[in-house]
Amino acid sequence: MAISAVSATTLREAPPPRRQRLLEDERWLAFVLLVPTIVLLGMFIAYPFIRGILLSVTSSRVGMPGDFVGLANFYKIFNDGIFRTSVYNTFVYTGVTTVFKLALGLWLAMLLNRNFRGKAFTRAFILLPFIIPTVLSTFAWKWMFDPTFSVLNWLLYHFGLITGRINWLGDPDLAMISIIIVNIWRGVPFFAISLLAGLQTISPELNEAAAVDGAKPWQRFWHITWPLLLPVTMVVVLFSVIQTFADFQIVYVMTGGGPANATHLFATYAYQIGIGTGLLSEGAAISLAMFPVLFLVVIIQLLYIRRVEVR
Amino acid sequence: MIEGAIWRKWVFFYVPMALFLLFLLFPFYWMVITSVRPDGELYRPWNSINYNPFWTWKPTWDHVRYLFEETLFASWLWNTTFIALASTAISLVCGVFAGYALSRLNFPFAGSLGTAIFITYLVPQTLLFIPLAEIIRNYRLGDTPWSLILTYPTFLIPFCTWLMMGYFKAVPRELEECARIDGASRWQAMLYIVIPVAIPGILSAGIFAFTLSWNEFIYALVFLSSPAQKTVSVGVTSELIRGDVFYWGPLMAGALLGSIPVAIAYSFFVEHYVAGLTGSVKG
Repeated sequence: MAISAVSATTLREAPPPRRQRLLEDERWLAFVLLVPTIVLLGMFIAYPFIRGILLSVTSSRVGMPGDFVGLANFYKIFNDGIFRTSVYNTFVYTGVTTVFKLALGLWLAMLLNRNFRGKAFTRAFILLPFIIPTVLSTFAWKWMFDPTFSVLNWLLYHFGLITGRINWLGDPDLAMISIIIVNIWRGVPFFAISLLAGLQTISPELNEAAAVDGAKPWQRFWHITWPLLLPVTMVVVLFSVIQTFADFQIVYVMTGGGPANATHLFATYAYQIGIGTGLLSEGAAISLAMFPVLFLVVIIQLLYIRRVEVR
Repeated sequence: MIEGAIWRKWVFFYVPMALFLLFLLFPFYWMVITSVRPDGELYRPWNSINYNPFWTWKPTWDHVRYLFEETLFASWLWNTTFIALASTAISLVCGVFAGYALSRLNFPFAGSLGTAIFITYLVPQTLLFIPLAEIIRNYRLGDTPWSLILTYPTFLIPFCTWLMMGYFKAVPRELEECARIDGASRWQAMLYIVIPVAIPGILSAGIFAFTLSWNEFIYALVFLSSPAQKTVSVGVTSELIRGDVFYWGPLMAGALLGSIPVAIAYSFFVEHYVAGLTGSVKG
């Protein structure tokens, strides 16, 4: 589809052929340039999305097309205790981790915004949790939380904080806390680096002027830094909410949804039903149940970006 | 820096910074130390006496050797590299073309198409993996690298496109118009004038796309089934755990070795990377 560089140069001397003249037209060129993207996104996003909706109103299993059953799958999952737990878990997981990621990320960004020795080095290193493949780093956490060989238990024991072992991933509440900790750990660098970039666009003179006028550090933060940082913060938070809400990897590795289905999220439960037990249509319905929330966040994101651009 | 007494520096800077670094980096230290620690030391209960879990005097290569001799780890590394490079290449070509069209050409629906591409960036893989698994099977792509090379661009292209739009918008129009007056066609002006100026952007988009595809898990987990076809993340997850038994030494060694390529890719370009990341964040 792409004309090679060589043919484009050799064609310059000869009168341009039709193909060449068409490419001079903006609409045609735009069409040619956008075709590969539209084809790929259409085939692997738009089409699967429609297939997913069609699948969710049938009784398909792996290798069996199934019949139209209307909203029976949705009716079934809304009456399913594990699904309800997953919904609750997903909201708790997203809400709690986002608050912590924002607070810790902002704090870390403020620390990194200072001048200190080894700044570049530190910045490069703190990004590691965000860079390293999530599944692989989550295994390190699973090993740290191991019931028998846990290094965390070792530390807590030697600091005199516990006397017996803690079975981090065996207890429903502790397991939920564990996956929340891992998600915060993974997300803080992303928040920190993005907010740091936002902080660096704020002119230091503003803060200096306020300091001369006698504003205390926290006053300067609330009245200068925070309002100016808000646009970046909004975009980062909304993006992170979407990612966290649809998360799969951390839970899959840490608990697999257990113990006794206590830590499932939408995605892990959809995987267990759709792929694990082969109930494709029910799994598709669980996945799709995420859509209204994601759609809402995307709309807010779009409206917000448009407003920022207009300003 | 911080005004006032030295203790303030400690309380407000050094101590929090040290705690952050400890929290963020400890798991990596734990990965490293586990992958060189002999099994005899590894499996000592956390409350056994005279046991220091943070250091070993008898480092061993056994776990790494196991990984390469007893598992298909080398193939997983190769598969992941090939898939990441191929899907990055596809995404860059599409992203550069689409970014150029959306930022510099006038055509109907340009605005809504840009928005549509932005929305696809926000569609998580976990929303579509079940119908996609069916489609991949119907296309007979299941268990081949192509199932991933063709699907990864769905989350890489939107990112590349938006990043490139930003870069292209920064190229002055006069530059292109001069080339046009000198007799270059539109296509040539794009290829020889505008794209070279945007090379830093292409580079950061490429690195980001590479790390994202190296990271991807759920598509690889669902589309690939035979051990020889797997990527590092999926191979390590499914082949180093037998029932309830975790081979922690090789598992951590595999996690470490599987992380090094992305760590290197990004350490070379960390500044570009941060620029790309924030560019994308600003939308």
